[in-house]
Amino acid sequence: MAGAGGGGNDVQWCFSQVKGAIDDDVAEADIISTVEFNHSGELLATGDKGGRVVIFQQEIENKSQQQCRSEYNVYSTFQSHEPEFDYLKSLEIEEKINKIRWLPQKNAAQFLLSTNDKTIKLWKISERDKRPEGYNLKEEDGRYRDAATITTLQVPVFRPMDLMVEASPRRVFANGHTYHINSISVNSDNETYLSADDLRINMWHLEITDRSFNIVDIKPANMEELTEVITAAEFHPHQCNTFVYSSSKGTIRLCDMRASALCDKHSKLFEEPEDPSNRSFFSEIISSISDVKFSHNGRYMMTRDYLSVKIWDLNMENRPVETYQVHEYLRSKLCSLYENDCIFDKFECCWNGNDSVVMTGSYNNFFRMLDRSQRRDVTLEASRESCKPRQVLKPRRVCAGGKRKKDEISVDSLDFNKKILHTAWHPQENIIAVATTNNLYIFQEKVN
Amino acid sequence: MQDAVVSPEKTEEAKLKARYPHLGTKPGGSDLLRKRLQKGQKYFDSGDYNMAKAKMKNKQLPTAAAEKTEITGDHIPTPQDLPQRKQSLVASKLAV
Repeated sequence: MAGAGGGGNDVQWCFSQVKGAIDDDVAEADIISTVEFNHSGELLATGDKGGRVVIFQQEIENKSQQQCRSEYNVYSTFQSHEPEFDYLKSLEIEEKINKIRWLPQKNAAQFLLSTNDKTIKLWKISERDKRPEGYNLKEEDGRYRDAATITTLQVPVFRPMDLMVEASPRRVFANGHTYHINSISVNSDNETYLSADDLRINMWHLEITDRSFNIVDIKPANMEELTEVITAAEFHPHQCNTFVYSSSKGTIRLCDMRASALCDKHSKLFEEPEDPSNRSFFSEIISSISDVKFSHNGRYMMTRDYLSVKIWDLNMENRPVETYQVHEYLRSKLCSLYENDCIFDKFECCWNGNDSVVMTGSYNNFFRMLDRSQRRDVTLEASRESCKPRQVLKPRRVCAGGKRKKDEISVDSLDFNKKILHTAWHPQENIIAVATTNNLYIFQEKVN
Repeated sequence: MQDAVVSPEKTEEAKLKARYPHLGTKPGGSDLLRKRLQKGQKYFDSGDYNMAKAKMKNKQLPTAAAEKTEITGDHIPTPQDLPQRKQSLVASKLAV
């Protein structure tokens, strides 16, 4: 299939690159916490637990060919957030980057928002490939000349230099959140963005750091009455007045900011009715939505809960239009997954460029491609063993019980420490970025 | 005729309740949520800390318990006890 962003199972995925250390001893700081392509797909940003951001740039091998290999190479890296201690509240603030969101490009520079639990920062990434030379009062190395020795006057000129990419913090949006920020989303108006924590959602103007509007507040007057928290939020891709937020109880609320200043009352409530006879201790925990993403065309949204991915039509609130099982075989392992805390893992999900395929991660470094148009799915693995250049990824199968076939892996052999929580899909091409604990894999569509 | 198949989820729930009989007696949702909201809470008493710093030169203080992650008012923290939040000076391994 041509690189139109489509393709689930007629697309063969092959290994392109892997970034990060090979050794098994993973430092906490190296754990990747977010992955995001920019709007053109030319840049790929990662954030980690150590508060660092690494940006890769796509370099195309042979521009004349239509379908060609491209490689992502390091473009810029910087320390976005530092660890802090809030002495007033006795609260340790992690430097872990929870989310990165790119702004659409307006000029030569690139801008992104990065956030940890408490503070959002706007970073400007700009290129410098020229420098002024021939100053009268300074030597080339910056030392000042003795004015008495200057006898002639010259005009400094710009000369080319080796490309330097600089990242500078342009805005710091601090003190807006009492609870931990889980999402940021840039509005289609390109002027505002939202940030969501467990109980509140704020709207900021990109130019203004000392004020923000609170648009959702679900904090109960009595904290004993707390029953649900906000887990994710996103602005609609085209309608600047619309946003959604998901909850730990498996509901999604769509809000229209034209209706009122405080959007505590939703415009739409998306919830799938549950069979009360099926309810168990785990029901609410596994229904908690870990990610919500609008489709590119703005007509659908996708939610990820512990065991499934659901596609919702924005015009239908009472049930999703499609439901895909990610790893149903885990339903009979919920007891141990609760004991080892894995049941609380927050998996993300993403759409391909033309909304025909969705992708999400699982355990054992497996990830799932769910083809909506062809109603087929495949499980692939990000592994150092399939790292030969252009090696095609083989589908993986998990044996839920009974006799294990050749090439299948049994549920009990799955490594629950190898989780793929963060994945990203190039907005136009069939290029995907998959983050394992501390490595970033880039896979591409097989080019013949 | 009733179908006697028990869902895998209910089987798992029974297993969990067998191991932890007091689970779910309090509203489980609120407990979990409150734990989530309190992430990052570390207890530190500046008075104790400064007293300890001042006295350290003169005499031995009651030694801290082996558990260094939870510092509460039970023992006097010393500068060595406080969890060190080192700032990342090392570049990311992805940027190699």
